Amino acid sequence: MADARNSIHVPAPKFRPGDTPDFSHLKLPRAGETPKPDVDADPAKIRDLAYGLVRVLDHNNQAVGDWNPELEAKVLRQGLRHMVLTRIYDDRMLKLQRQGKMSFYMKSLGEEAISVAGVMALDAADMLFPSYRQQGGLIARGKDLVEMMCHCISNSKDNLLGRQLPVHYTSAAHNWFTISGNLGTQFPQAVGWAMAESKKGGSRVASSWIGEGTSAEGDFHSACTFATVYRAPTILNVVNNQWAISTSQVIAGGEATTFAARAIGYGIAGLRVDGNDFLAVHAATQWAAARARGGHGPTLIELYSYRAEAHSTSDDPSRYRPKDEYKAWPLGDPIARLKDHLILLGEWTEDRHAALEKEMTEHVVKSYKEAESHGTLHDGPLSPVHTMFEDVYAEQTWNLRRQRQDLGV
Amino acid sequence: MPAKNMIQAINDGLDVLLDTHDDVLVFGEDAGYFGGVFGCSQGLQKKHGLDRVFDTPINEGAIVAAAIGMATNGMRPIAEIQFADYIFPAFDQIVSELSRIRYRSAGQFTTPLTIRTPWGGGIRGGQTHSMSPEAFFTHIPGIKVVVPSNPYDAKGLLIAAAECDDPVIIFEPKRLYNGPFDGDPNKPALSWAKHPKGEVPDGRYTVPLGEAEVVREGSEITIVTYGTLVHVALNTAEQEGVDAEIIDLKTLAPYDIDTIAASVNKTGRCVVTHEAPRTSGFGAELIAQIQEECFYALEAPIARVTGWDTPYPHAHEWSYFPGPERTARAIKRVLEA
Repeated sequence: MADARNSIHVPAPKFRPGDTPDFSHLKLPRAGETPKPDVDADPAKIRDLAYGLVRVLDHNNQAVGDWNPELEAKVLRQGLRHMVLTRIYDDRMLKLQRQGKMSFYMKSLGEEAISVAGVMALDAADMLFPSYRQQGGLIARGKDLVEMMCHCISNSKDNLLGRQLPVHYTSAAHNWFTISGNLGTQFPQAVGWAMAESKKGGSRVASSWIGEGTSAEGDFHSACTFATVYRAPTILNVVNNQWAISTSQVIAGGEATTFAARAIGYGIAGLRVDGNDFLAVHAATQWAAARARGGHGPTLIELYSYRAEAHSTSDDPSRYRPKDEYKAWPLGDPIARLKDHLILLGEWTEDRHAALEKEMTEHVVKSYKEAESHGTLHDGPLSPVHTMFEDVYAEQTWNLRRQRQDLGV
Repeated sequence: MPAKNMIQAINDGLDVLLDTHDDVLVFGEDAGYFGGVFGCSQGLQKKHGLDRVFDTPINEGAIVAAAIGMATNGMRPIAEIQFADYIFPAFDQIVSELSRIRYRSAGQFTTPLTIRTPWGGGIRGGQTHSMSPEAFFTHIPGIKVVVPSNPYDAKGLLIAAAECDDPVIIFEPKRLYNGPFDGDPNKPALSWAKHPKGEVPDGRYTVPLGEAEVVREGSEITIVTYGTLVHVALNTAEQEGVDAEIIDLKTLAPYDIDTIAASVNKTGRCVVTHEAPRTSGFGAELIAQIQEECFYALEAPIARVTGWDTPYPHAHEWSYFPGPERTARAIKRVLEA
């Protein structure tokens, strides 16, 4: 081993291609073990939560402990439906990308509970500042699948007029902010939105998501600083899915401490949550939202999970981590866990699940047919070219007018 | 009409905006209780309340990011960046976010906010309190860039910027805050009280964005400039007895090409001046466009008078500053060509 005084310590993930992954070294608290404080708790009194793990579903997928949100079965079924649809949508979109129907795609396999429960636990009026892997949240908000697809294939009905890469959804009608490709910029913007809400005396909260890799950006510090100073009604979510493209969470500072523990230095509430547990994500989000709405300040939530798929269609994870490492991940599959929980409750069956998958598959296939009838990036029709020169300013300036004329559109 | 210096005019403009628009918020480092290091927001917290005029942490990126978030939730924030030299921690939020929110959301979200920041040299500020970084910002589609040169315009442009639905950056020439400056640091300081543009009407009025002003009519040569150097150009023309037409751009993005072209087509000669370094400065854009529009009217190559391609020096400030002597030399060269 290199002498620590004479070399740079560069942390590395435990397993590389060819290794057999084994996560038994992770000391994960059991379901029900991490206590649930009151929503107005003093952050200084609940620091342990940043090192714990909010879990509701135990190894038998029974809901246990104080954090059990005790949701009605129909809400759980709704959550399951959104998650299943998200997964099937992702699968289909990836295949279409491989067929050249769109330029780029990003799946959220294994992270569906984070996006779906993290949105379902909020009010429809609450504002979302997502990153690019929260498509499940947009589905949970009821966005039309055809519209999502039209954006991804940049066709004549793309509501963004072909200006953004696929999956950078924008939907003001769903209180879904315009997704940036620059990492973390939305985090302090969400805080500003929430400050304006305080000014207006409103009761809405803002929720934002970044990855654990992005928590190294200055915008993370910006968001936490402004959120604590102005006690902004915000939920700041850090999705720790272990990987930032090829870079392990240890390179983002995960070797030394948890990402939730970053909250402690800012004096804000920090929760570490099993991101593959629909009930835990829902309960933690609901707690943070109530805290924000009550004027008790922001919450930083680390959602502990695993990115089961490639970062994007431009990535090849077999070059930096063991194949199928996600199968060894100790927190399991969020869809399977919620499904088994519902079956345990007598509120779901394998047959109903199979029927749901079939229904969602048909919905996705049918939606894509309709989306494709409005064109594809490859074959057109696209949005009219002259729209390229619009919306730069509220009114087109002389230089843009001349440039449009120069292009002859 | 009351005479005001530029600080008082900006303060008045902010006061009018806070009075007339419930959605206006004013904030920045030291901008709240203290009223700003130059005093532009002095007294406004006391008058308009703690949650409309407030102090921020020292984090320019967060100031702009928060302003973006506020603007998407119905506010018209006016953020102060303490010195233009300090704006770069916010560069990503300005370039990648602020400028494109309307575009990338196809109009679903807009960011009507204003960034004000003291700009330029002439106050012995050294390299970190003297910069003129406007060219970085005129290169960003989606941002409007404004540089006032007097109290009347400073107030009118501020109100126009705050009421505009696009993001606007206002670079305020700090050398002009307390009085006009003709480029000679050895002369006693001048006062806005004796200057016609120091007359600032009470209440709301606007100076339109995107419109330049011919501040001196002339026939021999056109001088295109903005900010502090407007006064240097006026002084130089008087001193040298040159019948120059002097254009104060006021807005750099989008700049008023019609006013510039009409003047250069009339005079046939042109000098462009700015304090910022020469290479890739805003003058390069102006000159490229002027030669496209006016080539056949030009009697001589267009000249540039600019800061040098060095960081802004402290001790050698007056060798760096493009003052009357260098301006006169350029005018002479162009007139004699």
